[in-house]
Amino acid sequence: MERQDYERLRWRCIRRALLELDITLTRFLDDGFDQLTEEEQAVFVDLVALEDHDLWYLISGKTECTDDEAHFAPVVEKLRKCSVRLAN
Amino acid sequence: MSIPVLKFDAVIVGAGGAGLRSAIQLSEAGLKTAVLSKVFPTRSHTVAAQGGVAASLGNSEEDHWHWHMYDTVKGSDWLGDQDAIEFMVRKANECVVELEHYGMPFDRTDDGKIYQRPFGGHMSNFGEKPVRRSCAAADRTGHAMLHAMYQRNVKANTQFFVEWMALDLIRDSEGHVLGVTAMEMETGQVVIFHTRATIFATGGAGRIFYSSTNAFINTGDGLGMAARAGIPLEDMEFWQFHPTGVAGAGVLITEGVRGEGGILRNANKERFMERYAPNAKDLASRDVVSRAMTTEINEGRGCGVNKDYVLLDITHLDPNTIMKRLPGIREIGLQFAGVDCIKEPLPVVPTCHYQMGGIPTHYSGRVVTPQNGDYNTVVPGFYAAGECACASVHGANRLGTNSLLDLLVFGKSAGDSAVEDLKAGKAHRELPKNAAEQSLARIAALDSRKGGANVHETRLAMQRTMQNHAGVFRFGDLLKSGVEKILEVEKAARELEIKDKSMAWNTARTEALEMENLIEVAKATMLSAEARKESRGAHVRDDAPDTPEFPNGRNDAEWLKHTLFNPVDNSISYKPVNMQPLTVEPIALKTRSY
Ligand SMILES: Cc1cc2nc3c(=O)[nH]c(=O)nc-3n(C[C@H](O)[C@H](O)[C@H](O)COP(=O)(O)OP(=O)(O)OC[C@H]3O[C@@H](n4cnc5c(N)ncnc54)[C@H](O)[C@@H]3O)c2cc1C
Repeated sequence: MERQDYERLRWRCIRRALLELDITLTRFLDDGFDQLTEEEQAVFVDLVALEDHDLWYLISGKTECTDDEAHFAPVVEKLRKCSVRLAN
Repeated sequence: MSIPVLKFDAVIVGAGGAGLRSAIQLSEAGLKTAVLSKVFPTRSHTVAAQGGVAASLGNSEEDHWHWHMYDTVKGSDWLGDQDAIEFMVRKANECVVELEHYGMPFDRTDDGKIYQRPFGGHMSNFGEKPVRRSCAAADRTGHAMLHAMYQRNVKANTQFFVEWMALDLIRDSEGHVLGVTAMEMETGQVVIFHTRATIFATGGAGRIFYSSTNAFINTGDGLGMAARAGIPLEDMEFWQFHPTGVAGAGVLITEGVRGEGGILRNANKERFMERYAPNAKDLASRDVVSRAMTTEINEGRGCGVNKDYVLLDITHLDPNTIMKRLPGIREIGLQFAGVDCIKEPLPVVPTCHYQMGGIPTHYSGRVVTPQNGDYNTVVPGFYAAGECACASVHGANRLGTNSLLDLLVFGKSAGDSAVEDLKAGKAHRELPKNAAEQSLARIAALDSRKGGANVHETRLAMQRTMQNHAGVFRFGDLLKSGVEKILEVEKAARELEIKDKSMAWNTARTEALEMENLIEVAKATMLSAEARKESRGAHVRDDAPDTPEFPNGRNDAEWLKHTLFNPVDNSISYKPVNMQPLTVEPIALKTRSY
């Protein structure tokens, strides 16, 4: 990913409306994002464009991907598994 | 260097509840209005509010604004201004109904009225018994509110500048506010917004503490900008804490966990609340529990390597109960503490939740400062609303659901006041030649400095200092050493270094600029807290204990006054609390007990 695209993505991950997402997404950028394929990275960009509550419910397992969102599922799975590290 | 100048009638910094509400007033009055936001409007932190918004609609049972007023004054521990409080509670119904007309999908009663829920501190008949006063939209009240108001603004042609960061307030030699400088993140370009009215609605600054329920965006930019422009900050010692945030992460664990039988334990596995509140134990009120937790930690009975948290234990509960009655808690434990709460206790600490102080305003939304003996001299062209402002309705302690109300009422009144002032014909005043100088110098310093302080480390040093020295339970000696430490951190924060020097999308630079705002708030908080030698509301000092002479440690004879922290020379002055409501009798001083 180009530097500028990554930095834009980073801002949209580290400044969310919900603290839960700030922490989870920061952690994923640090620990999981690099291991995604280029295609998965593009999916991640779409995924983080979701509304905050919808995204948090998906990541925390309260909801599952709908049929329309099936392409999100593998990346959501990786986000759910991303190792716990206390972020700030 | 020539800096582009964009001319508007008004600029509003912030697109959360307060900013969007004031923008509606301006745009619908036909004024050319710009709204700046660091993030897309509906990603502002207002989205996180779930509990609801207070209004004495009386849809579920009898209610009255005067009872709401009483609860708010009492909640504020009598530090709230009674004129502003009466103004807010009397406007509540109108503002909530307006929001309904904007399309807010409130929960409804069977006969189609706005449904109202009970909430802590809402009472009928002047504190007699609980009343249902909170209006909500399922668990998405804040979110629904922002959507409704954003749509209304789009219709009214408000111009949004999304992912723009305001940097500094522009004032001329006579003190008039003429707009702001701002940076477009995508390009790094700095622009001047030259306006006739400037409204700050930048939200809170909860990130000054190590443990905070606030999202990362709450960096107090409005307060930082005001401070750099020489505007004093009011009542900054007052921060509301929640007893159970996940240690290290801050994410809220609801009160319901203790309601279901959760037990707080120290490093010796002791159920320490039995010592502090023999009857209520773990279900004692928020402040009692928070203080007990802090005492355990301070006396060396905290858990973990740094002995800096206690444990919330629900391992004795039936896993089915946990899953059914406390949805989401297991996920929060797994995600943010790496702990499965069915098998292991959760690490928790008292966690910063809400900022009561802020930029001093009149209830009309106009920013006021002391000048020549008048405490409330209007700063021409400058308005503020929402969590960044101090009207002051929350005083020493905010009542739950009153902050969403604050956004609606004072967002609207700031907008109305700006419209009124602009209709009176005020023209754009001439920009000073050096209008952008301060911002450009700050950026240039960040870009050129070598051997400076690391942003992340400086932020952490500030957060730890605030948490350890000005947390939920305060000690005279710790506050004193806290002042020294935070002034040390301030030096580092004035000498930040960033590695990335790119213009476009430089998030390291943005975070450094935010840090320069955070430190202004942290310093104001620490110095104001050290200076106030009583306990009141959320400011509780060990050396101002509960005695017959000073119930709850509150000393009205000396301390019934607002703090004004002057950022220019770190001095502190005080101004009287307004005890005179607009139309009713004052709510007389009483000991605050629930
Ligand atoms: C977890 C949680 C739950 C809560 N629940 C409730 C509740 O149920 N009821 C209640 O009444 N209150 C609640 N509160 C408090 C309430 O949500 C906040 O006080 C309120 O939403 C603040 O709104 P605001 O409009 O002042 O600021 P925000 O909504 O925080 O918006 C600030 C805006 O300013 C912008 N901004 C900031 N700095 C800059 C800058 N430099 N340049 C450009 N833009 C900038 C941001 O992008 C954003 O758009 C809760 C708070 C939290 C943390």
